[in-house]
Amino acid sequence: MNNQSRLFSALTSQVGRKVLTGITGVLLVLYLIAHISGNLSLLGNDPTAFNKYGAFLHGFGKLFYLVEIGLGVTILLHAYIGITIWMRKRAARKQGYAVHGSKGAPSKQSISSRTMIITGTVMLVFITVHVLQFRFGPGEAEGYVQTLSDGTKIHDLRRITVETFSHIGWVVFYVGAVLLLGFHLRHGIWSMLQSLGAMKPRASGTIYALAFILAIILAAAFIFLPIWIHFQGGAA
Amino acid sequence: MADKLMTINLKVWRQDGPDKPGRLAPYTVEGVNPHMSFLEMFDLLNERLILRGEEPIEFDSDCREGICGSCSMVINGIPHGPHRGTAVCQLHMRHYRDGDTLTVEPWRANAFPLIKDLVVDRGAFDRIIAAGGFVSVNTGSAPDANSLPVEKAASDAAFDFAACIGCGACVAACPNASASLFTGAKIAHLSLYPQGEPERRRRVIAMVNQMEAEGFGDCSNHGECEAVCPKQISISAIAIMRREYVKAVVASND
Repeated sequence: MNNQSRLFSALTSQVGRKVLTGITGVLLVLYLIAHISGNLSLLGNDPTAFNKYGAFLHGFGKLFYLVEIGLGVTILLHAYIGITIWMRKRAARKQGYAVHGSKGAPSKQSISSRTMIITGTVMLVFITVHVLQFRFGPGEAEGYVQTLSDGTKIHDLRRITVETFSHIGWVVFYVGAVLLLGFHLRHGIWSMLQSLGAMKPRASGTIYALAFILAIILAAAFIFLPIWIHFQGGAA
Repeated sequence: MADKLMTINLKVWRQDGPDKPGRLAPYTVEGVNPHMSFLEMFDLLNERLILRGEEPIEFDSDCREGICGSCSMVINGIPHGPHRGTAVCQLHMRHYRDGDTLTVEPWRANAFPLIKDLVVDRGAFDRIIAAGGFVSVNTGSAPDANSLPVEKAASDAAFDFAACIGCGACVAACPNASASLFTGAKIAHLSLYPQGEPERRRRVIAMVNQMEAEGFGDCSNHGECEAVCPKQISISAIAIMRREYVKAVVASND
């Protein structure tokens, strides 16, 4: 076998698929942390902070678009592998059990581990809506412009955020989606570390607990923002 | 025997052959001694079925002391029943209450085709072992004892993985019918011994490929396998398998 086909068969093997899911999972969790950190600039006293942050990111030019494309590919790869794993699992047990049970600890089986395919699919739909709404939403041409004190004009992303979350329907949609993201992360953060082989038996329980805490922090922060903006009307 | 005898209601999967239709059949077993093992209760039931001229229930068993890996029953949805670290042959009826109703099913996985009633063909595990779960030793005079020193910690860790009896409960319990704990335990065991070193890279790739070829599902890290394993093998075996696999792919120059 030549090098390319050997690498391809390794990446598409059962272990390879899992390692890829883990790597993409780590990247997506890191992205979420960066994403929420940026969003928190909406909370400050400076009404230009969020837009300045957006302008700063766009300032990277080609590199910014490269990262954006990379992020899109990462999401699609993560979703694609997840769907194939689910399809193979269904094929691996045609005749199921009449009675289901879990033996409990140390099993990590939970509602969140068993619904990864559902929460993941919802995420895919949610991300599509979210990107269309914000990334490809109204631009400077549509008048979404903020003028800074030095006269510079930048894209007013804050206005899109405030306008979106002034509708209670969108608040419910975002909060609901992020709640499911929390369930996905509850199993996912622990699982990605196990998938990458980063697990010692003694550390397993601690990492599982820490993964739970990180999932709650991320979900809570993303849930807080739309609700806060809805009731504050974006007023700083 | 002062202990009160129990009555146990069973729903047992009956299936005449691989391609025959199956069903859960109800049985009531009276006079169950609480000191009986779960399998002895089945022996009792089978003796009565034979006396009545009915077909006895087929199930696998051999050593009945928890080390051969033959017995394989899913009781109320849990392979080997509710007790941690025991095969079903060492599960005793005293853990149940008089009048309990228990559903008993075979291991369920396409890679373990059903032969009859509660008996499945676990040959897929043998083929995973044959693919790489061995060390090659030259024939000739026996090597000196201790000619290959093994560190105590590595030896202990390897033994924890070597405790796998190949019963298949991990596959039966896995929501994905994955054989990752079994395969991982074998790979982890040999990866910790110097004897496993020469075939280290080929082994992990061949065994992982065979596992997939047999039709087992992917691992989703549910960890149910570790909970049901009668030898309590840790899913760190699966983490080791993944590390070994990545190392083998990166380092391989075949």
